[in-house]
Amino acid sequence: MRREAVVPVVMDADRMSRSITRIAHEIVERNRGVDHLGLVGIRTRGVPIARRLAAALHAITGDEVPTGALDITLYRDDLMRHPVGPQPVVRRTEIPFSIDNRLILLVDDVLYTGRTIRAALDALIDFGRPRAIQLVALVDRGHRELPIKADYVGKNLPTSQRESVSVHLQEIDGRDEVTVERAEGTPAAGGPS
Amino acid sequence: MSERATVRETPAAADAARRLQRKDLVGIAELSPEEIQLVLDTAEAMKEIGERPIKKVPTLRGRTVVNLFFEPSTRTRTSFEVAEKRLSADSLNIAAATSSVLKGETLIDTARNLEAMAPDLIVLRHPSSGASHLLARTCRAGVINAGDGLHEHPTQALLDAFTIRARKGRLAGLKVAIIGDLVHSRVLRSNVSLLRKLGADVWIAGPATLLPPGVEQFGVRWTTSVDEAIEGADVLMMLRIQLERMRGGFLPSLREYFTIFGLTVERLRRAASDVIIMHPGPMNRGVEIASDVADGPHSVILDQVANGVAVRMAVLYLLAGGVDHEATA
Repeated sequence: MRREAVVPVVMDADRMSRSITRIAHEIVERNRGVDHLGLVGIRTRGVPIARRLAAALHAITGDEVPTGALDITLYRDDLMRHPVGPQPVVRRTEIPFSIDNRLILLVDDVLYTGRTIRAALDALIDFGRPRAIQLVALVDRGHRELPIKADYVGKNLPTSQRESVSVHLQEIDGRDEVTVERAEGTPAAGGPS
Repeated sequence: MSERATVRETPAAADAARRLQRKDLVGIAELSPEEIQLVLDTAEAMKEIGERPIKKVPTLRGRTVVNLFFEPSTRTRTSFEVAEKRLSADSLNIAAATSSVLKGETLIDTARNLEAMAPDLIVLRHPSSGASHLLARTCRAGVINAGDGLHEHPTQALLDAFTIRARKGRLAGLKVAIIGDLVHSRVLRSNVSLLRKLGADVWIAGPATLLPPGVEQFGVRWTTSVDEAIEGADVLMMLRIQLERMRGGFLPSLREYFTIFGLTVERLRRAASDVIIMHPGPMNRGVEIASDVADGPHSVILDQVANGVAVRMAVLYLLAGGVDHEATA
């Protein structure tokens, strides 16, 4: 299944990098520095974004912000609802610091229904009692199904529910860009890859 | 990988989503190498849960697992029980000694009665080989074999493989020697099957009276010389001498067994310098293994116990995800 060119790129590498730098500045401004901050990226693509934010925060303040990775598979609300079909592979959660009394910046690539964030909040709370949790999303595409709102957004992207937003990152996909395309026939999520 | 995955909000959906293509785990024999790797990979993630302050995730909330044990077992049963609790499943323990089995109920009748309570999974330990197959065919619930007679004990083999992989980084190409009471061992059968699928060089050794019939067809190297099996081995698995299953003269005496076949510090010198020593438990110290070896630096016997919980969580998760009943839809 080859899709020919015309896939609208809504964010290229330059814009992505500027967005991340801008979010880093907003984080420093809002929290008056980076003391007692911790970054937690949601697997898969939240993790490299969290690492880039850590690098940007380091460039601004000279301080290291501890960074972790969170796998939310075991907290999903749709896990056992499919009698047949694929099941996501569970990966390790790695948060190498105590989240107690820390301000946690939860990082994801696309904010959509809010269900992933709900699962991530439940998962985080099992690790301790953070002082607060703030949410970072590279793209907010709307259509929330839960009362969840991002604190820092790279780009607000009005979409229809029939469109699909794809974030590509150098670390995983070999390039930095965000694209939107209309999903025809709307295949089931996942699929072989 | 030029294939573009549709990235929705759930990042995991972008990953290759795999699952066990089966309702039951009866034996290693039926599993493909990919399915074995999937269980081991999933167990990696499960192991991390056991290292958290709150060792519990909500994944199997509302699911019921019945632990049906017709044979005494402490390790396996508690290991399954801990695994079920960590995944938030409701578990129910039925031990043959306290059930209507004593009143003459058959396995199938017991199972049918349990099924009326709509369990999602049944974990079965039974003294007869093939009991898990029978139950799997009869029940709608998924069946996990926790040891059936002399047939298989798949979760033990999986946790052994997980322990080896954690220590050695791989299984392929390792010399693994399994030593002891081979004829009475379901652990042997499951382990041989698994280790061969993943490419290990498997040796088995024990007294001629305890070699299983048809050993030539196992596809492993076998010997009655423990020293030959230990020579250069990367992994030594000691099997328990199962006195309770021995009717008749398999061994002249336990002391003689230890002298000729027991794992001692002297014998261990023949193995690779980074050899690991495993035992599925319960150990007979001074029979198949010397105490100073069991407690020594090469022993990973307690790792096996900890890893058992992670591997059983993985199996429960992978099977429960596949069995969804009309009742809950």
